[in-house]
Amino acid sequence: MIAVIIIIIMAVLLLAAAIYSVIHRDLLFAVLGTGIVSLILSLFFYLLQAPDVALTEAAIGIALTTIIFIITIRNTTRDEDEIIDKENEKL
Amino acid sequence: MQEEFNEIFLKYHDIISLGVYGTAIGLILIGLYAVLMKKNLVKIVIGLTIIDAGIHLLFIGIGYINGGTAPIFSPGYEDAAKRMVDPIPQALVLTAIVIGFAVTAVALSLVIRLYKHHHTAKIDQIKSLKW
Repeated sequence: MIAVIIIIIMAVLLLAAAIYSVIHRDLLFAVLGTGIVSLILSLFFYLLQAPDVALTEAAIGIALTTIIFIITIRNTTRDEDEIIDKENEKL
Repeated sequence: MQEEFNEIFLKYHDIISLGVYGTAIGLILIGLYAVLMKKNLVKIVIGLTIIDAGIHLLFIGIGYINGGTAPIFSPGYEDAAKRMVDPIPQALVLTAIVIGFAVTAVALSLVIRLYKHHHTAKIDQIKSLKW
């Protein structure tokens, strides 16, 4: 029964992190949301008897994808609607 | 811990498989919403990675067998092939994770090039036909 509760909590957290990363306006927080999605997804892979896939997802999904997204945000804008950045350019 | 999980997986298999499939389809739908409705290019790439995650979870959930063990042979467990989960979807997903990372990197480099040229990352403000 505890395993069922853990699975349900993980599923709710996974969907909540995905929705958070889609609707948040600050792109840096959205990218961190995708990192949380990858973390909980690797726990799912471990519980579904796929430890090699869990290791690969933990390494590539959490670390490398987040790093290349942060490099992109540094070279483009951080705000989704580009309001804050244009005000900063005026100042 | 793992054997206890296996016993409980046997008992509540319907609830768990429903939860895994539902989570995978929910992730695919959320990513599809982000790809179709968002204007910012970085948000669209985030939606693509979420669709990737949902498809990977769906494949691993399809390959799971009721009360199975990890597909690894080790000394003393030579008869484990009867209880193993399907290793083919796991190998496919292992390849698809790496390919998905490469696709994400290419898409983000295109986003950076578009931003450097048009000074915006919103697709409704990029109106020129060639660049």
